[in-house]
Amino acid sequence: MTQDKTTGALIVKAIVLVIAAALLFAPFLFQDVRSVEVAARICIFVVLVASYDLLIGYTGIVSFAHTMFFGFGAYGAAIALKQLGNTWASIGIGAVAGIALSLVLAVAIGLLSLRVKAIFFAMITLAAASVALVLASQLSQLTGGEDGITYRTPDFFKTATKLMTDEDGKVLRIAGVRMNGKLAAYYFVFFTSLALFIVMLRITASPLGTVLKAIRENEARAEAIGYRVVSYRTFVFCITAVIASLAGTIYAIWLKYTGPDTALSFAIMIDILLMVVIGGMGTLWGAVIGAVLLVMAQYYLRDLMEVASEATANIPVLPHLLEPDRWLLWLGLIFILLVYFFPKGIAGTIMDKGART
Amino acid sequence: MDQLSQTLGRFGGVNLLPVAVALIAFVLIGAPSSWVTLTVAGLAMGMMIFLMASGLSLVFGLMDVLNFGHSAFVSFGAFVAASTLAYFGGWLGSGSVALASLALIFAIAAAVMFGMIGGWFFETVIIKPVYKDHLRQILITMGALIVAEQIILAIWGGTPMTVPRPAFLEGSWIIGDVSIEIYRVFALVLGVAVYALLYLVLNRTRIGLLIRAGVENREMVEALGFRIDRLFIGVFMGGSALAAMGGATWAGYQTLIDPTLGAEMMIIVFIVVIIGGLGSIEGTLLGALMVGLVSNYIGFLAPKMALASNMILMVAILLWRPAGLKPAIK
Repeated sequence: MTQDKTTGALIVKAIVLVIAAALLFAPFLFQDVRSVEVAARICIFVVLVASYDLLIGYTGIVSFAHTMFFGFGAYGAAIALKQLGNTWASIGIGAVAGIALSLVLAVAIGLLSLRVKAIFFAMITLAAASVALVLASQLSQLTGGEDGITYRTPDFFKTATKLMTDEDGKVLRIAGVRMNGKLAAYYFVFFTSLALFIVMLRITASPLGTVLKAIRENEARAEAIGYRVVSYRTFVFCITAVIASLAGTIYAIWLKYTGPDTALSFAIMIDILLMVVIGGMGTLWGAVIGAVLLVMAQYYLRDLMEVASEATANIPVLPHLLEPDRWLLWLGLIFILLVYFFPKGIAGTIMDKGART
Repeated sequence: MDQLSQTLGRFGGVNLLPVAVALIAFVLIGAPSSWVTLTVAGLAMGMMIFLMASGLSLVFGLMDVLNFGHSAFVSFGAFVAASTLAYFGGWLGSGSVALASLALIFAIAAAVMFGMIGGWFFETVIIKPVYKDHLRQILITMGALIVAEQIILAIWGGTPMTVPRPAFLEGSWIIGDVSIEIYRVFALVLGVAVYALLYLVLNRTRIGLLIRAGVENREMVEALGFRIDRLFIGVFMGGSALAAMGGATWAGYQTLIDPTLGAEMMIIVFIVVIIGGLGSIEGTLLGALMVGLVSNYIGFLAPKMALASNMILMVAILLWRPAGLKPAIK
């Protein structure tokens, strides 16, 4: 594959750089609460989707348990912050607990799936994820049940915290942005996400990544050369579980709330799937593009559909289908069409363009 | 030990598993009357799950197609049947058993018809282009499931819908101190009838012979000159129709349905198919009965464990027999 050396690849990387720059300066560029919310969500989903891409795009196994690991991380941090107080230590404990639980389950599922056909893997992970979801809503003393948990994060992230003060002792404003704890929280999310993403990029560029690509391109041949495909797959499954768990912890710190809908629900799994497929599997860059597009769509497409629904109010069926609640219907259709016609997604399709030999 | 396993094998081998489960539960529960009630409930639930799962298993066995959208037919079947029953509400309330059963038959027939037409559409439009590509199959059928759920939401709305059921299926029979819900008996009888029919079709007809041969070795059947894709469309339609029928009976059993029904059942259906072994009707029946019985017994004995019971059952069986209880595919 000479995919890395096409003009298309340069374009994709340029797009990702622009996105990264936009996210870096998001609090300054878009100065309303909602935009920063969107930007933070994009950061976290980039990590989550990229880790899923590592799994589905680089090894070809479909797991439906990715939100489960995400949820473990989120609930780990949430429960620790709630029970042990809002200190950095409790975040650490929660994160480690989430990772440990994720690892144990990932190894268990991995080992179990070694014994069965690969196709079972999707079904088993789906079943495991649904049990986790039910457990989270049943164990209400610990997880808050359907209502979830609200808690306080370390004081450093409070809106009232002053990072820098001007002469009068008030919060310093730079370019109209208050230097307060909210900003610190955003940059915490941004830089941890960036670090995790770079780690994943490093993994794909490492010898391990090369083996994974070999497995993806030709499994039988990789096996014949002497790589134990199954071990590699289980290993990658564990790595992605850990990263997803960390992403969950970051999300829990940012939201200050963790519940089944934000951390464990099947809807998030569907979002991740849509993002990976729309962005393009097996490139990691695609994860960035997919996450940006879909999170933006979630926040802004509904508004657009509301307008469209009102505009077509006189036509019989259309307004019903254009209702904002039906946006998943259209995304589903786009998803199917993409899998048919552009199985490589946006990033993959662009990267194939303009091949230079 | 060998002798023991041989004797067990002669009496039915893994087929004895549900019986063994029932016997253990009898000892644990202690009270015969609640045991009978639970067993009937478990068997009825098992038969309904069997209806939903059998199609999925056959479709996978025959064509190596894993259809994550299968549960959409369960939901559609439930809602189509509920709407039909609501439409014939007057007949149900008329007090006449004949009219009420006619309405019931219409409802199930509507669900089955819908399943067949939907199955045909699904097969030709969604699945045909991605044969032999598991990754894309999973993705596409998942996408189709999302779309189908949204369509259900658009048509029937998100609020739970009550399902009217015929008066003669309400209530329960009381024999001694045992009470048996009539609807459960109905579901059980329907399930057994469908299983018998499937068994006869698969084992006594030429088409059944071809299907079984196709499950075993598709290339060979194709090489002998049979159009297995056409056969597959038929199996797919039949499987979808069975799923819709299962959904319809499940709707009557629950009496209150909402659009998440399909997604909830899908997990159980998958567990059943995995336990039973993909591609075999007997395995699916066995798996469905096991799941039905175990979840009812556990729900009575240790309600807190009920959620995890299916998962534990699946893990235990997979550790014992990695390919399921009665796999048809080598």
